[in-house]
Amino acid sequence: MAARGEVRARPKPMSTNSAVAAAVKDLDVDVVSAYPITPQTTVVEKIAEYIANGELEAEMIHVESEHSALSAALAAAATGARAFTATASQGLALMHEILHIVSGLRVPLVMSIAMRALSAPISIWNDHSDLMNARDSGWVIYFVHTAQEAYDTILQAYRVAEDPEVLLPVMVAYDGFVMSHTVEPVVTVGRENALSYAPKRPFPYKLDPDNPVTMGTLAGPEWYYEFKYQQVQAMAKALEKAREADREFERRFGRGYGVMECFMCEGAEALVMATSSYATTLKAILPEMWRQGFKVGLLRLRLYRPFPIREFTEYTSNASSLVVVDRSISFGAPYQGPLASEVASVKVKEGLDFNLVSVVAGIGQRKMEEEDFKALVRLAWEARSRKYPETIFYGVRE
Amino acid sequence: MMGSQPERFKSKFRGILDIPREERFVSGHRLCAGCPVGTVMRMLTKVAGKDSIIVNGTGCLEVSSTPYPYTSWMNPWIHVAFENTGAVASGVEAALKVLKAKGVLGKDVKVVAVAGDGGTFDIGLQSLSGMLERGHKVMYVLYDNEAYMNTGIQRSGATPWGAWTTTTPVGKKWKGEWRWKKDIMGIVLAHRVPYAATASPSHPMDMIRKFEKALYYTREGPTFVHVLIPCTTGWRFDPALSIKVARLAVETGIWVLYEVEKGKFRVTHKVRKRKPVREYLKLQGRFRHLTDDDIEYIQKIVDEEVDRINKMAGEEVIGPVEA
Repeated sequence: MAARGEVRARPKPMSTNSAVAAAVKDLDVDVVSAYPITPQTTVVEKIAEYIANGELEAEMIHVESEHSALSAALAAAATGARAFTATASQGLALMHEILHIVSGLRVPLVMSIAMRALSAPISIWNDHSDLMNARDSGWVIYFVHTAQEAYDTILQAYRVAEDPEVLLPVMVAYDGFVMSHTVEPVVTVGRENALSYAPKRPFPYKLDPDNPVTMGTLAGPEWYYEFKYQQVQAMAKALEKAREADREFERRFGRGYGVMECFMCEGAEALVMATSSYATTLKAILPEMWRQGFKVGLLRLRLYRPFPIREFTEYTSNASSLVVVDRSISFGAPYQGPLASEVASVKVKEGLDFNLVSVVAGIGQRKMEEEDFKALVRLAWEARSRKYPETIFYGVRE
Repeated sequence: MMGSQPERFKSKFRGILDIPREERFVSGHRLCAGCPVGTVMRMLTKVAGKDSIIVNGTGCLEVSSTPYPYTSWMNPWIHVAFENTGAVASGVEAALKVLKAKGVLGKDVKVVAVAGDGGTFDIGLQSLSGMLERGHKVMYVLYDNEAYMNTGIQRSGATPWGAWTTTTPVGKKWKGEWRWKKDIMGIVLAHRVPYAATASPSHPMDMIRKFEKALYYTREGPTFVHVLIPCTTGWRFDPALSIKVARLAVETGIWVLYEVEKGKFRVTHKVRKRKPVREYLKLQGRFRHLTDDDIEYIQKIVDEEVDRINKMAGEEVIGPVEA
């Protein structure tokens, strides 16, 4: 049963990294600038293959660091090209300075993140420490939970980023290894459809000798604040545009996600909030848990920045409890899971009345199996009538 | 390209009257009185012309020329950060190249990168090396005032031996900088760029022709021009004397004007009789503490460097110190 406008195509087996590369190819990206880092590397390997085979006409800049990768991608987008980069972990941390400059200069750019733990000790495995470290850099941030969603979201990301009313860079993040290196069926839409959905809209203030601009000036105390406040306004706009981009995507291709997803929420008394691959696993076990009598839904955070408060409030309105699963640690914070801290602030802001439980899990890809996810579901069920004031560090040896 | 005879470079700047009247780096900037970097940028943008994008690393020039909502730049201009001038220039150049190939951009646009000594010798060395090694068609202009002047005269890898700075102060134990200036030209040339040169604002026609030539050779790859910028504030001299100090650097052999064109070394301004280094040093407060022995030591090192230059040139292009 194809939805209206759905593109019928045979799914191809792809890892999430390959799906991202396929989206970059279909979007006819002009400049790709990246530096190798596990587990992102196969994204740019695949893109290099496309360029080498003539399937994508683009300049690849083999930069000497992630700091330069983002600097060069920024510069290419500022010159009017459609630019892309990808990174993870230490690479995202090394980019940190430039993250703020891209958003401050309002340059539309898309970057994929195969999320990975941060050193020390060095770990190539998955958690969300890298992404959470970058959350306040002024980028629009999506978490995706399947390879298909990664492909689709890269398309949506360019549509949102290049919107003249937004002009913000976008990160599309997914779990390193667990998603970056596992294969799923993915349907691609092809270049014509991709470019019709997300037509190239070059930076309106690009570096152009016929219309010269000065970009990246010094702003004194009498100006700086207004620059930053315009970013606040652009973020608000990005929320509207992200909702619209997803609706239009669904209309054209038959796949929509919403900016936030609530799975098995109908009649649910408790919720678990999760992102990326944890959401995928929870989707697999929830039907069985319902059969056992645990009426627990999944609240999947997809668009993280800007935070979709309206959807969150709507989806949590009937829940007695909410377990927030964090994949990183905000050391010494009131709730040591950063997402839990944010949910606590939404709870106060919107006057919501559920019991909040903060759970940290899967740090450095500490194993989380079916039984562990079931335990989280049972915890959510338990929390309907019980308070858990402290962050629970699930699965750690004390 | 392959097999054909290379087109030879011919300068269109025979004299001062050949310099375009059109101003592309305009007044109103906040550079210090007597700072020659404004003069150098004025000449650079006249040579580069309208169809050039300027990439500027963080530093005195960037801060002083673009206090929002004002700008001195009539060319498209971008500043991103301190250590990434080479990477930003690479991104601009790659974008221009692909947009031209795809028929989006209809003309040739040149890329000129400008950064200071801190942004080039030190924090920006890695991104510069990347840009040079990958062969981006960018002219990179290094304006070298021999310390972090923008943050208040801290030493950099470009600070010469003996110089006072705020982080190499003169005290009971320290007597200013105790290391020699990094050989940035040697580092750049190790990347086998088609053209690299040194220049001084005291010799404007020499400098202008080098900018012109460096832009010409961007058709083959990255090019580099290293300009000495006497800093009235950091070197501690009368703002009226900037050009004189720059000229003395050349006349004493401390700053040799040369170019390396396709691997061929040539001194572009010969000095028949050198002035003693003392004449250059004595005008600058940063060298005020130097003893006669210190000055003699600097003279000896400069003599050795001049010998090396003359050997490379195969003749005596820089003469002996005048009696």
